[in-house]
Amino acid sequence: MSATQSVNRATNPGNAGGESAANRRLAVPAIIWVALLTVPVWFPWLGGYNLLATRALTLGLAAMGLNLLLGTSGALSFGQAAFFGLGGYAAGETLMHLAPSTPLAILMGIVVGGLAAGLLGPIAVRLRGIYFSMITIAFGQAFYFIVVNWNGFTGGEDGLLGFNRQPIDLGNFALKLDSVQYYYLVLLCFAVVAGLIALLLRSPLGHAFIAVRENERRLNFLGVGARNLLWIAFTLSGMIGGLAGALYALLNNFISPAALHWTLSGDFVMMCVLGGMRSFWGPLLGAIVYVLAENFLSSYTDNWMTALGIMFILIVLFFPKGLLGMLRTQVKS
Amino acid sequence: MELILFDVLNGLLLGVFYALMALGLSLILGLNRVINFAHGGFLALAGYLAYSLLPYLGFAGVLIVAPLLAALLGVLVERVLIRPLYGRDPLFSLLLTFGLVLVMQDLIRTIWGAQGLPLQTPAFLQSALSQTYFFITGYRVLILVIAVAFALGLLAFLRYTRVGLRILAGASDLDTVSALGVSIYQLRALSFAAGIFLAGVAGVLAAGWQGLSPQMGDSLIMPSFVAIIVGGVGSLLGSLLGGLLIGVASGITSAFYPQASELVIYVIMAVVLAIRPRGLLGKESIFG
Repeated sequence: MSATQSVNRATNPGNAGGESAANRRLAVPAIIWVALLTVPVWFPWLGGYNLLATRALTLGLAAMGLNLLLGTSGALSFGQAAFFGLGGYAAGETLMHLAPSTPLAILMGIVVGGLAAGLLGPIAVRLRGIYFSMITIAFGQAFYFIVVNWNGFTGGEDGLLGFNRQPIDLGNFALKLDSVQYYYLVLLCFAVVAGLIALLLRSPLGHAFIAVRENERRLNFLGVGARNLLWIAFTLSGMIGGLAGALYALLNNFISPAALHWTLSGDFVMMCVLGGMRSFWGPLLGAIVYVLAENFLSSYTDNWMTALGIMFILIVLFFPKGLLGMLRTQVKS
Repeated sequence: MELILFDVLNGLLLGVFYALMALGLSLILGLNRVINFAHGGFLALAGYLAYSLLPYLGFAGVLIVAPLLAALLGVLVERVLIRPLYGRDPLFSLLLTFGLVLVMQDLIRTIWGAQGLPLQTPAFLQSALSQTYFFITGYRVLILVIAVAFALGLLAFLRYTRVGLRILAGASDLDTVSALGVSIYQLRALSFAAGIFLAGVAGVLAAGWQGLSPQMGDSLIMPSFVAIIVGGVGSLLGSLLGGLLIGVASGITSAFYPQASELVIYVIMAVVLAIRPRGLLGKESIFG
């Protein structure tokens, strides 16, 4: 990011103000998309592997969905893992019991995640601030215990095994979905969601979401119900969470109750905050940093959680706008 | 019949721990506006401190000293980490304490090891009081008595002492209390310490009951949140009641349908919220 922006400045020397900012607005996403599209080329070369990249992208998608609530509307949901996990189980069960179709599995993930969020939303959006967080945690735990105790259907503590992502039939030839191809499928889903979110944020509805965060009282005074807006945002983020969970389950051909646990919800929140919850790309950056840090630190020390926790505490204390916010202030100054 | 009685009692014991945690959480939530995710970490820490101090102080000694040490550390954490976040969006302190949980658990693992440890309780408390009706050890009765005593002690402290009344007043209108010349920084430190102290008591008692593990607070923190929601956010008495209620409900459920003993807590929450959105004893407009 910072490299991009300094290059951008170097190519436009003395060009202050509007034009360079506009250039940057186009250049940054362009660089990001090129980087994402070429991951299977340069990431293994840096010592990574495709599974890790796909994992980061999947979790980044979930974090982006959460950020629709957290960053945009200012509501801290701590139950995002519930929709993520439910989406994962929906995908797995679909492959095992309904039909051996990867697209259907993904679709079911979206539907189940969105349905759960849509049904719980009305109760949750009555609350604000930390109480909203508490109730979303509690809802998440309810799903966790249902999945853990429904042994016959979900495999209980051991998780759901025995499904495999199926090749996608495209008429003349079948897309095999090996690790590189699967990365691109996830990237495609990510691109669609990111595009839709970007459109949404420019729409009146997106502006209304931001208004919930900025001045709810005025919004209600104008006759726009903040609760309904939050409910829509909650449902959308549940759908995205379900999608991400389905992709995650298909990535590992496995899903376990850990995917619904509140600590994972916390990890999603951490990703948003690490990267910067008020910025569009923040959650993805946070997820990438999180996954890489986890991968790197855990191979060096058993106490990697401490390192991650301390990093997180420092971000919260000193850089509440996250890594992207930090970079941005440096570019400006 | 004896079995059900046993399960009710076990549920009551569980509820006592939920209630002690919820009471402390609720206190910190009310005045400090912090959801203290690290509450379970402090609980575990007090348990481990008790383990290390037991040879020197005896059980009665560690029951007081270990929670006090945990509370002292709590004040330190409040001073250094949480104080800079007062006045900012409360979600930052929630996030900070979430990060703190990770650090505290790792720290405990590093110092005391990851494997479970027992906390020796006095021998005379371990024999059964009665074998005819149901099996109950003196230690379980002691847990109940001590927990109730500490919980009531805290409520009395809040209601009948000058400082306690200030904490209560601060929880409902901090600006006015501050304008009247009360140091809210001291007040907040004190309320944080009191909350952690209760968690510490719960930690020592729980260690004697079920042993020590670095994650021992984890299984208690979520039900404690539920206890607060069920009891009504903003009501300390409600937290106490909510904790006992879900504990007993969970105990009874485990007699009939053990698989649902953890789930029933959340079912109760959903039912209470559907009928009474502000919780059993919650104030009218707490959710703003």
